[in-house]
This record gives sequence, C-alpha cells and structure tokens, in this order.
Amino acid sequence: MTLAHIAAFTGLALVYGLLLPARLRGWAVLAISVIAVYWLQPALPVRYLDFALPTATLLLTTCVWWLTRPAGRGVTRDDGWTLALIGAIVLALALTRNLRADLRLTASRPPDALVVAVVLALIMAALLVVWQALHRLWPGAVLIVMMIALVVLFVVQKAEPLAVATSALLRAQTGQQTNLAALTDLQWLGFSYLAFRLLHTLRDRQTGRLPALSLREYTAYALFFPALTAGPIDRAERFVADYQALSQARGLLPSRLVIGGTRISIGLLKKFVLADSLALFALNPTNAAQTSDAGALWVLLYAYAWRLFLDFSGYTDIAIGLGILFGVRLPENFDRPYLRQNITAFWQSWHMTLSNWVRFYVFSPLSRALLQRRPRPSPLLVVFSAQVVTMLIIGLWHGVTLNFAIWGLWHGLGLFAHKVWSDHTRVQYMRLAGRPRLRMLWHVAGVVMTFHFVALGWVWFALPDTQAALAVFARLFGIGR
Amino acid sequence: MSGWRWLEGAEGSYSWSFVGRVLAKALALFLLTNLAFAAIDPWPLLGRISLYGHLAPLRPRFPYGEQPDRSYSLSLSDMNALFGSHVIARPKAGDEYRVILIGDSSVWGFLLRPDETLAVALNDLAMTSGDGRQIRAYNLGYPEMSLFKDLLLLDRALAHDPDLIVWLVTLESFAPQRQLAPALVRDNADAVRRLAAQHALDLDLDNAGLAEPDLLGRTIVGRRRALADWLRYQLYGLAWAATGIDQIYPDEIALRASDLQADESWHDFDRPRDFAAGEISFPVLAAGNERAGATPLLVVNEPMFISDGANSDVRYNFWYPRWAYDRYRELLHAEAASAGWNLVDLWDAIAPQEFTDSPVHLTPEGTRQLAELLQPAIRQLAGEAF
Repeated sequence: MTLAHIAAFTGLALVYGLLLPARLRGWAVLAISVIAVYWLQPALPVRYLDFALPTATLLLTTCVWWLTRPAGRGVTRDDGWTLALIGAIVLALALTRNLRADLRLTASRPPDALVVAVVLALIMAALLVVWQALHRLWPGAVLIVMMIALVVLFVVQKAEPLAVATSALLRAQTGQQTNLAALTDLQWLGFSYLAFRLLHTLRDRQTGRLPALSLREYTAYALFFPALTAGPIDRAERFVADYQALSQARGLLPSRLVIGGTRISIGLLKKFVLADSLALFALNPTNAAQTSDAGALWVLLYAYAWRLFLDFSGYTDIAIGLGILFGVRLPENFDRPYLRQNITAFWQSWHMTLSNWVRFYVFSPLSRALLQRRPRPSPLLVVFSAQVVTMLIIGLWHGVTLNFAIWGLWHGLGLFAHKVWSDHTRVQYMRLAGRPRLRMLWHVAGVVMTFHFVALGWVWFALPDTQAALAVFARLFGIGR
Repeated sequence: MSGWRWLEGAEGSYSWSFVGRVLAKALALFLLTNLAFAAIDPWPLLGRISLYGHLAPLRPRFPYGEQPDRSYSLSLSDMNALFGSHVIARPKAGDEYRVILIGDSSVWGFLLRPDETLAVALNDLAMTSGDGRQIRAYNLGYPEMSLFKDLLLLDRALAHDPDLIVWLVTLESFAPQRQLAPALVRDNADAVRRLAAQHALDLDLDNAGLAEPDLLGRTIVGRRRALADWLRYQLYGLAWAATGIDQIYPDEIALRASDLQADESWHDFDRPRDFAAGEISFPVLAAGNERAGATPLLVVNEPMFISDGANSDVRYNFWYPRWAYDRYRELLHAEAASAGWNLVDLWDAIAPQEFTDSPVHLTPEGTRQLAELLQPAIRQLAGEAF
C-alpha cells in the first residue's frame, strides 16, 4: 500500500462511518475489498496478468467458499447478490479498458469485458463439472484436492524455477519474449496471506470447526482490504463476528476515530519515516558485497533488523487502524519482539498470526501424530521434529529458496536449543527470585542474546544466496576480506 | 500489542468534542510550526548539522548522483551540507598548506574511485611548501560544466582558509547558457545575486529560474524536498562509511567517440566566427580571480581528448570544433597575460588512450600524469624554489 492508497482508504472510512446507512456497511466492505484486489495489484510485464491474478483471487475465494459450505446449505439470495456484485465489479473494471490510464484502477489496460465474461463463465462451468465428478467419485477428497491445489499454486509462485517456467509459458501465450521471464512476473498481490486464510477454512471445514458463512461474509474475510497486502492473518469465525455486527453498530464513533487514526499515524511514522530511512543503509545484497569492515557490517545488519520490524509492524498498524475505522478489529501481529528474553518468546510476539496459524495447523497436529506413534518416540525428538518442520514451513512461506529454508532451520534449531536450555536451567532461574539484580542481569543478557540470534538469522533472509550469506557471516566475525 | 492498551478505553472514552479539540490543536500546531519555521528560517543552521565527521567519515568529494540507492550519494544544493560533509571541514593543521581544486567532473573524478582522483594523486606526491608545510589538496570539483558554479564554490571555500586555489577549466564551462543552469547555482539565489553584483557580471538573473522561496516556500512544507534530501544524505553517510562507494561504476565504459561528424558547430555557433563580448564567459573567470584576493589562484586549461579518427581535421573531439577551441585558447592566454593570472595550459598534455567516456574524463593513470604535470606550478606558487 502506498500513501495514496492509505489516504484514499482513510477518506473512504470517514464517508463509510459518517454517511453510509448501517445496513449497507457489510456490502461496502465487500465492494471496497473486491476493488482493492485489483487496485493494489502491482503492474506485471506479462500481458493482462495483473488483471488475471486478481480475478483468480476472486475465483479461488468463491471456489473455496463453495467447498467449505456445510453439507445441505444451499445458495441463498444473499449469496446470489454477492456473486452478482463481484461479477459486476469485475466487468465494470474490465470496461475501464477504454478510459485514460489515469482514470483506471487496474495496474494496466484490462482485457475486453466480453472476453472476461466468457472466460469466467467457462472456467466456472469447468470447475463445477470437475467438482461434481470428484464429489460423486470421492466426496472426501474434494477439500484435500483444493488444499493441494493451493499449496501447488503457492509453490509455483514462490519457487524461482517454477515461476520462471510458468511466466515463460504465459509469455509464449501472449506473444511476448520468453527469455525475459522472471520470478517477479508472478507477483500475485497478497496470495501468501490469502492461501493461508483459505487453507485455514478448508482444514476447519474438515474438522467441523468452521461456522456456516455466506459468500459475502467469506469473501469479506478472505479479501478484507486492510489486511490484503501484509496481513495479519485473521481467523474466519473471529472476523465474521465483527463483520456481522457492522449493520447493528453505530456509525463512526469518536473512540474508533481516535484509536484507528492514532494507529494509522503511528504506522505511517514507522513505515514511511523510520523504516524507509533505515532502508537507505540497511543490509542488502549490493552493500553486503561492497562492505568488508566487520563493524560497518554490524551497523548494516542492525539497520536491517529494525527496518524489517518497523516496516512490517508499521503496515500492521495501518491495517489494524483502517480495520478499526471500518468497524473490524484485526488481530495484533507484533508485541515488542526485540525485547523478548528468549527465542520462544520472540516467536510468540513476532508475526503472531502466522506463527499461531502454523502452530495450530502444523506444530500441534504433527506433535500429536508423532506422540501417537508406536514405539513412542522420546519427547525431545518430538519437540525437535515438530519445531524444525514448523519453522521450515514459516521459512518457505516467505519464498521457496535454500536461504529461506536455512533461516527456518536456524529458528527451528534455536527454539529447540532454548527448550533444552530452559529445561536444564529452570531450577537456577527459580533461585534468582530473591535476587532482583541478578534476575535483571539474566533478563538483559537474554534480551541481548535473543536479539542477536534473530539479527544474525536475518542474514539468511536478506541475502539471495547461501554463498553471499556465508561470506557476510565470516566478515561479521572478522574472517575473510 | 500491549503497548496500545492505553488506547483501548471503553467505547465512550472519547467524545466528538475531544476529537475536535485534538484536530484543532493539531492544525494550530501545524500552522504555527510552519509559520515559525518560515519566519525564523533555520534552514541555513539546520544544513550545518551533519553526521559526517561524527557517525560517518567526512567525504573526500562532494555528493553527486541521481541513483542514491546504488551510489550512496545524491545531488544536493545546500552549501552547508556539502561543505559540512567534506574533508575540508576538518580544522586546518598548523603544518598544512591547503590547496583547493575547483572544476568540473574531471576534477571531481567521474568514474574514478575516491582514492584515484586528482586531489589524491597530488597528495601522493607528498609536496611541501616553501616554508616546509605539507601541501594537501582538497577535491572541490563538482560535475557540472559552469564557471559560475565554480565561482560559487570558490566563494564558499574561502571560509576554509585555502593557501592556493587551482581552478581547472575547459571551453565547455565558458558557454554563457551553462553559467546559471546547474541546480546548485539556481538553488543558491542569494549568493548568486551577491556575486553577480560584487563583480558586475552581466547575467540574466531574472530569467535564470533562481529559487527564491516566498513565505510558503520557506515553511517546513515548502522546504520538504530539501529537508528530505538533507536527511537522506546524512543517512547515506553510513552506507558510504561501510562501502567507500560514492558513485556508480558501470561494468563497461562506453569510450568517448573517436570518429566524429564533419560538423563545425559549437552551442549557438553554427559556423566558425570570432567570439563577441558576452559570448564566452571570461568575466566569470576574472571574477574568480578577483574573489580569491590575496590567495594565489592557478588557472589550468585542463587536458582533453584529441581524436585522430574520422573528421578530426574539423573537430578535436565530440565537444569541440577546432576553430572554437583554438580561438578559446588564444583568448585565454591573452586574458591571462593582460590580467596577470597564473595559467598553465595542459590541453594536449595527456595521451588519448588515458581518456574514458568524455573528452575530459581521465583514467587513474591519466590523473596521475596530470598531477605530475601540475606539480611544478603548485610548488612554484607554494613558494618552494627549485
């Protein structure tokens, strides 16, 4: 989101809160979210892809809603109106093809509206046929197939060789140069977050935890515009409780304006002043290769660590602030992570909604599955396996590269090491209860060590390849050039 | 986030009148701060605040560049920020004989690393003045072709107590239309007007687009670009400190053209004719000599690439037709002789292979040769008999 996007959303929030009748609020949130999917999508070099990907976002959302309906729940009139509204917005955006570029909301000139309508109708018909066939043959597999499809899409978009091959294929279809295909060609706005929201609802439908949601509620949840680009990853049942209350709540309350406005202001300061200033000298592949002095490299690394936190938590503040203005309370994502005493506490306060998601859908089921094995493995082995796999998934969520995998492994091993350490030192720590100064020293040492462990981990995150990261590690400790 | 709990009072904790008061106070503060900023105009003082010399080392040459994220440098017009970040800001040592080098991108060191510039090459010669002081050269070149820009920098540099000024010039910097064109000149309107008046320079100041901010332009909002540039420049100091890089070095340099068009034009001159008064900016060079006062000033006609390719009988290089450059040299020698300037003419002193992408940009070896060639004149002016 740029400053212009944030200003426009804030302005809309005021109109929404002060002028819009309560019964229309839910519809307005839906409409703004659907439009934002196109408006926030960056321009892509492959022809029409910056229109096709947002449209795919809507299709996927609708498909997953269809699959996650409780058995026996038909299509209501509300669902029909929602589908009509989404379709109308898509076609209206396609019709802007003949307007001047500065009057369009899409990143580039959209395809012909008639082509869009026909292609969408064909895809939906094909999906319905596939669903019916699958449902008849193997009803229990539909949700699993959808989950696998989402994971495959995720991997294709995040793994460079697959993304480049896909881009080359698309470029060939549009008559563009295939040798220019690149990972960035498939920059799909918010897909990482969308995929995890959809996976959560699919899994919760499997386990019967997901409440019945209308298409409108489901789409508003999956695509809620403040959280589209950088999270947080809300839970459907929590979001929908707020969403359903929109039509009963009073208009824009002064409290909401103060709290939301303050949150947005602080987010703007963190993201656009502090993080963007630190970005001028934060560690990156270019300056890492140019810097040989260990002290200077530490400065660049500290700048990177703080820039990342301020950038991401700033965006979260803006998202939460906008959510508050629109009447939806998004979950918190950060809680002073760099002041945590150990790596476990760090992961309970950094990107909390992602770590909760992975804990809920990976760590806990995996631990349970391992503990149920016969012969029963040692608890330490269970913890080790579950933590490493969980953190590997968090690493690969950022991008399917060796460096992100190593970063995940780094934290998985760190979490395991902390578990072993805390088990062994629990008694000594308890003895510090009557010695506040020593306890404070223990605390400060823990914060400093945790911060440096995390900061050093960012080397894997900031640099594109393992060799460059290893070279930086060596130079940070005065080894090599 | 627990840090936000203070904001999460009951729904009724804030009233519309509270919101109104906050907005009114914010607006009042915003207006008052801006008006106070405009009234006090602390910009000249703010520009003096510098991280350089404290958190980041001082730079050996002025910042210049349009891609700051890659060069860790950016083009600035604030003289205080420029000089405050430069090594010349260091106090002059008791045994230092301070030489400042003024000129265009060839002095600044385009495509040269900070340790390959003319100033460094001169310092490597470890010269001493007649009274035994160490001769130390400072690179005050700036990559714009304008004598007036040089005059502006010279004027400001005098505050740093130079013992000798070396001013490297070439015909391109004498074109009248170039004098007020650089942003560095246009953004320093007060100094430009003062210098033009002091030295009775005939310049079209009213149509030069000089930046002379009104009340709104002096507010924080009006100065936002300058403030942001100043802040970015301070922060790039840390990247500069880490990498030692202050310009972009391309992997391959496109060499200056050797084969030339059979074209005799130079700026507004489409065919050979003599320069009339006002068509070549000798008065600016004279103003510089006047401004230097008692500080000795050495004018150097800088070396240039001399082509032997196609049409080299018509042009010396991509910039200069032979007639214009020859006439310029005649006039330069005549002016220097009549005004008593110290002049060294090195126009053809460096071999063609030592020039890189333009007719005046030198290789490190060419720069070293130029330093050797300048050495006798500098020693002489520094009072050492040999």
